[in-house]
Amino acid sequence: MSEAAMERAARATPAGVARKIKGLSDRAIAWIFIAPTVFLLLAVNIFPLIWTIQLSFTNYRANRPNAEVKWIGTRNYERILTDGDIWLTMQATAHFLFWTLLLQVLIGFALAWLINRKFKGNDLWTTIIVLPMMLSPAVVGNFWTFLYQPQIGLFNYAVAFFTGADVTSFSMIGDKALAPWAIIIVDTWMWTPFVMLICLAGLRSIPDSIYEAAECDRASKWRQFWTITVPMVLPFLMLAVLFRGIENFKMFDLVVQLTGGGPGNTTTLTSIDLKREAFEKWRTGYSSAYAIILFVTVFGLASIYVKALNKVKER
Amino acid sequence: MSSYSITEPSRRQKWIAAILVVTYAVITMLPLLWIISTGFKSSSDAIAYPPKVAFQPSLEGYVNLFTTQTLQTPEQAEAPPPDTWYGKLVHEKGLAIVGPSRFGERFTNSVIIGFGSTFLSVFLGTLAAYAFSRYRVPLKDDLLFFILSTRMMPPIAVAIPIFLMFRSLGLSDTHLGMILLYTAVNLSLSVWLLKGFMDEIPREYEEAALIDGYTRFQAFTKVVLPQAATGIAATAIFCLIFAWNEYAFAVLLTSGAAQTAPPFIPTIIGVAGQDWPAVAAGATLFLMPVMVFTILLRKHLLRGITFGAVRK
Repeated sequence: MSEAAMERAARATPAGVARKIKGLSDRAIAWIFIAPTVFLLLAVNIFPLIWTIQLSFTNYRANRPNAEVKWIGTRNYERILTDGDIWLTMQATAHFLFWTLLLQVLIGFALAWLINRKFKGNDLWTTIIVLPMMLSPAVVGNFWTFLYQPQIGLFNYAVAFFTGADVTSFSMIGDKALAPWAIIIVDTWMWTPFVMLICLAGLRSIPDSIYEAAECDRASKWRQFWTITVPMVLPFLMLAVLFRGIENFKMFDLVVQLTGGGPGNTTTLTSIDLKREAFEKWRTGYSSAYAIILFVTVFGLASIYVKALNKVKER
Repeated sequence: MSSYSITEPSRRQKWIAAILVVTYAVITMLPLLWIISTGFKSSSDAIAYPPKVAFQPSLEGYVNLFTTQTLQTPEQAEAPPPDTWYGKLVHEKGLAIVGPSRFGERFTNSVIIGFGSTFLSVFLGTLAAYAFSRYRVPLKDDLLFFILSTRMMPPIAVAIPIFLMFRSLGLSDTHLGMILLYTAVNLSLSVWLLKGFMDEIPREYEEAALIDGYTRFQAFTKVVLPQAATGIAATAIFCLIFAWNEYAFAVLLTSGAAQTAPPFIPTIIGVAGQDWPAVAAGATLFLMPVMVFTILLRKHLLRGITFGAVRK
């Protein structure tokens, strides 16, 4: 570092501040740098979490702040775990999770594999395919209700065009049997590129020399795919599933705008149900218990999954 | 192996792959192209059957997006049309403009809250990431995991106490409240991403600076920050996109003064029910910046969406 640069640096820092900072030990700097982040996260995440736990044992209602708050023990939890309707929303969530993950893994992996054929212009097309996942789910979800309209929507028109069915004979978001698929289709449209990008990184991390060695051993392409490609991409794929699984378990914005949980309760995922309990029925204590149960579920599933992921990586 | 490699796909394979990928890309773009084109349709063209691909472009949707209208009074119908081009457009349909719509305000809120929270989360994230990257911090792994875990909570679950907290602190429906909230949500991303970027900067640079008589702090600001500039910019864009797109907190915690565009756009209605060209116009203006940023970010995309877990 030159003298001039040093002088410039010295001039840029006010003398008082410089002297103070010079006196700080590395340890002090580390803590000063980390403390604001930890503090903000404690205030906005951990404090509310503790508050939720406390509320979950009461009958508090946020729309009646002056009413007496009673401690009711674990009654909220008992009611939730024995409530049949909540199991139905859990089933709807499981259905949504299973199919979105399956479709996104299959299509995403296939796309990544095709893009990895390294044809000309693959970068450009990758960028185009990736666009939907960066957009606002609420705004896009709202527009999809227009695409799904039976009479005038593009989706029904396209389906009718290819299958010969009547455009008005089905309504993706009005029909109880079709609505769960309506949200799966939009989520898959949005998030397949996410899985694709991660798979692509996995495919690109496999060195050519492994395939060359396999070729020397006269392994068939089919065998190479199952014994080299798949195992080496698997940790990446599992990471993608972990991210998508957590995100889709929390799913709210897209589905609220698309179906609002209807028709009936067919697309009432847990987050939507929780929002109704907390901000429409104002059962704050009850929904706090509900929130804790959801949180424990996500956390539990995620940590089991991370363990499995690490095992795959070690192999 | 200059002209032939066994691992290089054949020409035919490349062609088939290209055709399939391009077909997928075209299908995936259709809904987006439909949003953009619907914004330029007249209201009758927008709901025509079969869906119209070729149409007379119209700015009706954009005029409806930015103005509030009512049916004309008999006097207004008799009077000559207003001088402005948008006034004429509205007049022809038997309507009159009463004032600007709320879209401008909501869009401005999105900009203020987006940039405010991005600045804060990148600023705090840079400091924390530097400390995690360079110093021996007790319980480092636990702290980093704790920071990441805050992202796993369903927003609706956290929203209950935050709603109560904001109500008692007077932060409900304020810019400050939303900025602080989005900053906290984005911190996990910014710390993890920036730590990854800083780990890649060789320590030798700073050590050389320290030997030259820089203080630790000077080494951070004069050596590390310029080296991390690309990473910081990429992180900032990711934070901005998240805050820009966020809906759950916005719809629960804001209703007027600080409401952002995502909860507002779906509520746009015209004089005669849902006005799809206006919704599409609003969506186009709202989604465009993100599309541009995505194209700029394409090299760092993978890192951003996996919190730095996968690097290319």
